[in-house]
Amino acid sequence: MIIDGVTTASFDELVEIETDDGERRLGKVLEIGNGKAVVQVFEGTTGLAITGTRVKFLGKTMAMPVSQELLGRVFDGLGRPNDGFPDPVADKFLDVNGEPMNPQSREYPTSFIQTGVSVIDGMLTLVRGQKLPIFSGSGMPHNILAAQIARQATVVGTNEDFAVVFAAIGVQYSEAQYFKRSLEESGALRRSVLFVNLADDPAIERIITPRVALTVAEYLAFDLGMHVLAILTDMTNYAEALREISAAREEVPGRKGYPGYLYTDLANNYERAGRLKGKNGSVTQMPILSMPADDITHPIPDLTGYITEGQIVLGRDLFRKGIYPPVNVMMSLSRLMKDGVGEGKTRSDHMEVGNQLYDAYSRAQEVRALAEIVGKAGLTGVDLKYLDAGDSFETHFLKQSPDENRNLDETLSRAWDILATLPEGELTKIKDKHIQQYYKANK
Amino acid sequence: MVAKGKIVWVSGPAVRADGMSSVKMYETVEVGESKLIGEVIRLTGDVAFIQVYESTSGLKPGEEVVGTGQPLSVLLGPGIIGRIYDGIQRPLDDIAEKSGAFIGRGITTSPVDMKKKFKFNPTVKKDDTIFGGSILGTVEETPLLTHKILVPPIFPEATITEIVKEGDYDLEDVIGQANSKNGDKIGLKMYHKWPVRKPRPYAERYDPTVPLVTGQRIIDTYFPIAKGGTGGIPGGFGTGKTVTLHQIAKWADSQVVVYIGCGERGNEMTEVLVEFPHLIDPRSQRPLMERTVLVANTSNMPVAAREASIYTGVTIAEYYRDMGYDVVLVADSTSRWAEALREMSGRLEEMPAEEGYPSYLASRLAEFYERAGRIRALGSPDRSGSVTIVGAVSPSGADFTEPVTTHTIRFIKTFWALDTRLAYSRHYPSINWMQSYSGYLEDISKWWKENVSPDWYDLRAESYHILQREDTLKEIVRLLGPEALPDEEKLVMEVARMLKIGILQQNSFDKVDTYCSPVKQLKLVRLMVKFYKESQKALKEGKSLADIRALPIITTLLKAKFEVTDEQISKLDEIDKQLSDSFKGDIEEVKVSV
Repeated sequence: MIIDGVTTASFDELVEIETDDGERRLGKVLEIGNGKAVVQVFEGTTGLAITGTRVKFLGKTMAMPVSQELLGRVFDGLGRPNDGFPDPVADKFLDVNGEPMNPQSREYPTSFIQTGVSVIDGMLTLVRGQKLPIFSGSGMPHNILAAQIARQATVVGTNEDFAVVFAAIGVQYSEAQYFKRSLEESGALRRSVLFVNLADDPAIERIITPRVALTVAEYLAFDLGMHVLAILTDMTNYAEALREISAAREEVPGRKGYPGYLYTDLANNYERAGRLKGKNGSVTQMPILSMPADDITHPIPDLTGYITEGQIVLGRDLFRKGIYPPVNVMMSLSRLMKDGVGEGKTRSDHMEVGNQLYDAYSRAQEVRALAEIVGKAGLTGVDLKYLDAGDSFETHFLKQSPDENRNLDETLSRAWDILATLPEGELTKIKDKHIQQYYKANK
Repeated sequence: MVAKGKIVWVSGPAVRADGMSSVKMYETVEVGESKLIGEVIRLTGDVAFIQVYESTSGLKPGEEVVGTGQPLSVLLGPGIIGRIYDGIQRPLDDIAEKSGAFIGRGITTSPVDMKKKFKFNPTVKKDDTIFGGSILGTVEETPLLTHKILVPPIFPEATITEIVKEGDYDLEDVIGQANSKNGDKIGLKMYHKWPVRKPRPYAERYDPTVPLVTGQRIIDTYFPIAKGGTGGIPGGFGTGKTVTLHQIAKWADSQVVVYIGCGERGNEMTEVLVEFPHLIDPRSQRPLMERTVLVANTSNMPVAAREASIYTGVTIAEYYRDMGYDVVLVADSTSRWAEALREMSGRLEEMPAEEGYPSYLASRLAEFYERAGRIRALGSPDRSGSVTIVGAVSPSGADFTEPVTTHTIRFIKTFWALDTRLAYSRHYPSINWMQSYSGYLEDISKWWKENVSPDWYDLRAESYHILQREDTLKEIVRLLGPEALPDEEKLVMEVARMLKIGILQQNSFDKVDTYCSPVKQLKLVRLMVKFYKESQKALKEGKSLADIRALPIITTLLKAKFEVTDEQISKLDEIDKQLSDSFKGDIEEVKVSV
């Protein structure tokens, strides 16, 4: 929407639009100059006419009222209550765009979060203040996994305030409901804040949804000292909304029609995770995105992977085999694992076991491919052991039920069960000390 | 005359202002009431197009724009080492002090503490002649680095009329006076400013003939980079670009490291800040932070400052080069810098070339990489220094045919291609040895021959040949299975596996393996090649491959990289002897102590 005759508006300012019949909508200034302002209308332009529409510049940028009372509430994609209760009393108003965290003021993330999911705790450890996305595909159980993590995540041996901020971005009603129910059933809803922008809500609103959610997450973490897990689903819808606006503004497109600033824009959201020196709380982010046609090189997962600290990739093959969670460990990675595990944090053999499992499963995959050509008969003894180890990795370690909460000791002992089936000489990534302690004990 | 105009249009980091007829191209300006810092990037009539280095939220048409008369410059003097700067040389710790944990706007700070006293030790005396670039004296900037106080590069020939005695001075103190030939009196200080977009001049350029030793086997032995050279390291996400760059920044045998975090993760910069003060330089036993400068413009910081951060970093690097030091500049990642160019170009409504990037992307990349080099510095005394540039490239979808990668390849001489498949199988560093290359191999082989061993070049070639053969044999195995190969070729596969595990793979997080000295590198390669030759001989003599595969010496060879430290390097000679013994007589009967 372009408005003429503007003299005093400023860039990024919030705009209130009143239609002929008195309906009010919000928007913000994208471009201003020469008496004209380009305004992005959050609730869409349906029903707006050239004549009769009034516009008021509000003189402030978009802000979210925040207070402790937000916990347990449900909001729409723009941060307005939609659970039938009145507006919460605001403690203060915060600009939804936030400000970049100073790298000098960041505290490097090192505390291990136990999610109770073996494959994550054992091989893709989540650390407080990390941003670890789930790359999924349509139909795969990313929501079940995210909900399980939200219910089970704890930092062992502490009893600190924990909160969940959930932003549904253009998702189906049933998915949003699933999350809400899941949090309700586990009693976690009263320490959660939900933002819901459904698939049939205006696409443009989706630009704001993760921003209001992360503003609240930052407030809870750094003002109230809570440990916040922020789940954003589905970032693909967010990027598509961004593309829609960019196309409407006739900008020069980058790859696949997405704007050239997609990386910067995504980073402005993802980088709002972390810990700060001298502050108690933390924001841990778990964005979920569905890879269009399961293609990890598509711009959305690709740019996300460049920003986030690792990724959990769900695999179609494992999903078809009926394995939950269907995590493709070879493509997955947690960059901060090395800093969150080991002596004094988890267990001294943790990292080595994780590396050795990767190694073993990778060999198992190679042997599987080979067995398809030459048949099992053509394999050597060690190769056959790897073949079995690969199978038991999937059934004994990877697979677990969505309501099964395994502690770290159980996870690692399952890992050793698998490693114990391999000859000792194959465990090249494990120090002798741990072989003595765990491998021999398992024999 | 100071240019003063008014904003007429705002869109993101791009601002148009009119009434700016007296402003110069690339002049720094103060934008709006909050005095945001910006730079003029285009002039049409009296309308200036300005890129603003801070968030423009809340900026209005009608607000004032004031020129500073200066191009974007960095302040060069003692106090830079050990600091972390944003893209336009504002120290992040000062910003944190002024605006808290989140970065505010319109903050002005000094790049170095102008009040801090440094102990100045003059090396010139009265009546000495000085030129642009001459050294006036020294200051101990950190215990690891002696800062040489330089005369600004553009300076008339002059005679010293006065120079202070050894003592403590701050940056604003006048430390000397000089008279130029046409009689001008010039005061000398311990710092000067230099515009970032202009390469600092030098007297003469040398050929790069000395390798930059990084302690990383695949780099030093197979794809080396020379001091003053250029290298590019493209790779998809998760392939270990940042870890490899951190390794170079940690272990390279240079005196100064400039690390530019350009549009990357905030936590990565924090990691450097946390880790480097505790890492000890193997040569001087001092913390690595005492030779490191960080320029951090993370992905969520303003995009225009990201564009500037590369130039800020390289200018600081050139300054230390001019003192006669070897400097390594690491830029992570140049793709994000190119994206910043693309974003500004889009806002300027320029005609795009490939994938929306501006048509001048290639020339900008070329200009940047050409600022690397080994040179003879201006002024007296005679000295040479170098800037080595290593740039990371983040190709979208790990596709090396995208514009930033293809253009970068044209301007670099060492190419380390990171491979997603190697990374998935946890082979780190995931540098693909078939795709990578080094243009410095011939130039620096003389150094290796003279300083390490005369057979370096041959050993490298022989071992690389094994890897090449394995690459072709792999295809046959994929189609027909391993049993289709004759024993001789199976041996090639086996030795290639050993080379991959024992030489190419290197664990950055292992205390011993993280740094491997040139001598150790050579000895390890020599052992592998010897094993191959001995095995070949044994096969010809009728021994079976199964027996060779069962030799316990193999495990010893594979673990030598982290079992043998640099201090006990002679252990490798013992292993060499064990290796010879393994093949003596009937090989099954030989017992080897491991």
